Amino acid sequence: MAGKTIFAMGNEAITEGALAAGARFYAGYPITPSSEIAELSSRRLPELGGIYIQMEDELASIAAIIGASAAGVKAYTATSGPGFSLMQENLGVAIMGEVPCVIINVMRSGPSTGLATKPAQGDVMQARWGTHGDHAIIALSPSSVQECYDFTILAFNLAEKYRTPVLLLSDEIVGHMREGYLPSEPSAAQLISRKEPQGDPAAYRLYDFSQEADGIAPLAKYGGKYVYRINGSGHDEIGAPTANPAVTDRFVRHLSEKIELNRAEIVQTRSFAMEDADIAIVSYGCSVRSGKAAMMAAREKGIRVGLLQLVTLWPFAEQEILELSRQVKGIVVPEMNLGQVRGEVQRLCPKDLPVIGVNRVDSLMITSAEILQAILEVGR
Amino acid sequence: MNYLQYLKTETFPLFWCGGCGNGVVLGSLVRTFEALGYTKEDTVVVTGIGCWGKADDYLTTNAFHGTHGRALPFATGIKLANDALHVVVLMGDGDGVTIGGNHFIHAARRNIDLTAIVVNNYNYGMTGGQYSATTPENSVTSTSRYGHVEQEFDICRLAEAAGAPFVARTSSDDPLSLQRLMREGMTKKGFALIEVISPCPTNFGRSNGMRTPVEMLQWTKERSISFARAKEMPPAELEGRVIMGKMVDLVREDYYTKYLRVIQSAQAGKEGA
Ligand SMILES: Cc1ncc(C[n+]2csc(CCOP(=O)(O)OP(=O)(O)O)c2C)c(N)n1
Ligand code: SF4
Repeated sequence: MAGKTIFAMGNEAITEGALAAGARFYAGYPITPSSEIAELSSRRLPELGGIYIQMEDELASIAAIIGASAAGVKAYTATSGPGFSLMQENLGVAIMGEVPCVIINVMRSGPSTGLATKPAQGDVMQARWGTHGDHAIIALSPSSVQECYDFTILAFNLAEKYRTPVLLLSDEIVGHMREGYLPSEPSAAQLISRKEPQGDPAAYRLYDFSQEADGIAPLAKYGGKYVYRINGSGHDEIGAPTANPAVTDRFVRHLSEKIELNRAEIVQTRSFAMEDADIAIVSYGCSVRSGKAAMMAAREKGIRVGLLQLVTLWPFAEQEILELSRQVKGIVVPEMNLGQVRGEVQRLCPKDLPVIGVNRVDSLMITSAEILQAILEVGR
Repeated sequence: MNYLQYLKTETFPLFWCGGCGNGVVLGSLVRTFEALGYTKEDTVVVTGIGCWGKADDYLTTNAFHGTHGRALPFATGIKLANDALHVVVLMGDGDGVTIGGNHFIHAARRNIDLTAIVVNNYNYGMTGGQYSATTPENSVTSTSRYGHVEQEFDICRLAEAAGAPFVARTSSDDPLSLQRLMREGMTKKGFALIEVISPCPTNFGRSNGMRTPVEMLQWTKERSISFARAKEMPPAELEGRVIMGKMVDLVREDYYTKYLRVIQSAQAGKEGA
């Protein structure tokens, strides 16, 4: 299959990406616009000896993938807004218990049931802060079918490397869009699997990151020679419960630091025509597509516009935005919400630098004309 | 392995109140592990949140301590990812059939090959004795000071109706039957439910005029009736009685065994029934 372009839906490419990454367990609850991921997974996983199970709800779905991953199998689930809301509590278990897994949210119009079949990008802040307590999170956002495939593989690699859940924030447009993509079929060397413990089983401490050069403690697989206890409650190095303030402090900080301190390695952006740009579009997901069209239209008018695509929404591309803010005289942020990312960009820019949002929450895709208009405003 | 080796005795004393039934259930659990020759490596104990959900604090086996009510879906993922594991799920009545009621019926219906041990103390012990789905009607709890108006769940009947192939109930004052049923349940291929009626003298007992653990056990005894005897009695006479013993013991193919056929069909390229 490698080397041959496939014409497929974004959701299909996500599924194939998950399988290529080595995922062999899916638990989920169907919801538009993500259901194609469930349907294709239910067909493809057993072909590869893997397991698909449809759970009774999304609380159970995320719990099952966390359980499967704790037992050593790469696991994923897919959902949309209402289901993502239900997943928040157990997302915290994956964070606190440090269990890798991938959660795909094909975003749709909200709040609540909203417009079930229509697109939005309204879950960016929920992805960051939806589960309670201090923590960091990794979230990626694809804007094309190719990126659906590639970023899903990246999501698994990051999850396994940092022992953390990774979110893939797609949207209805990207999920249902059909395009050609090239399945790269990553080699074993391009795939990351969790670091497993070595040495004396009696000495294994599944939460002890202090001895690790990369700051990530090794994670075993249930059923092998290492015995361990995953704990979503406050715990010490061996997973035993503790309310000791110093230990609690160490572990809560660790959950943020293991991601925040590795920003340079995790954060990815893509630049388009930024070299000479004096106006930048900052965007992600489906809105990148309109953004690129607007950039082209502006360039035709002789306006030097570039585009910075946020591949990782979280951790936020702070360094990249800071640099950008020194280069340009204005930033336009198109997104299908009321400014969730615009606020993040604004916070990093000098007060006098215009940061203009182009926002829609009416379920219609942002047009290049709307973005162009904002560009003209900045250019004035 | 001797049963003591399954216990983290260095973490004793137990967190549970004097007279609480949890200690007896834990003791029976580790004796069952010993009887069945389970190892720390091949066993995963999955716990909910609550007094009974703290049982894995004292165990040397693999464990997974997640969220209130969701132990069964975590356990489902663990078991399906590695069928060779012995998966034992410990839940309170709040965990197991109140906040987690939906997961309970579906894990039983799917017939996931695990053993669920629900300790029913008729209330939320951990959070101060509020009512749960098994709190008997009219009884007093910290959130039903005027008498509880809801009808309670019968956990065993719920499990049976949902399709569990092994369903049994006993009491924490009967450790021998508890160990026998645990042994049978754990060797059962499929979803095994063991409900253990257990005193919470601190909350349920105190609120309902049973100040000592002995009074609570007495109350349980008075209400108990064996499954064999109950079968002979008209339903009206069973009102308010708690049926004890093994109620269901069937052969029913478990989820994973069936799913292996799905894998076979998929790999042979055969779709359809
Ligand atoms: C989502 C959620 N809601 C509420 C709680 C608070 N809580 C912790 S334990 C518990 C009840 C425990 O009762 P039960 O499961 O019957 O176990 P017991 O303590 O009686 O052994 C509650 C309500 C929680 N931890 N999580
Ligand atoms: S509160 Fe009740 S259930 Fe909890 S330890 Fe005490 S007696 Fe046991």
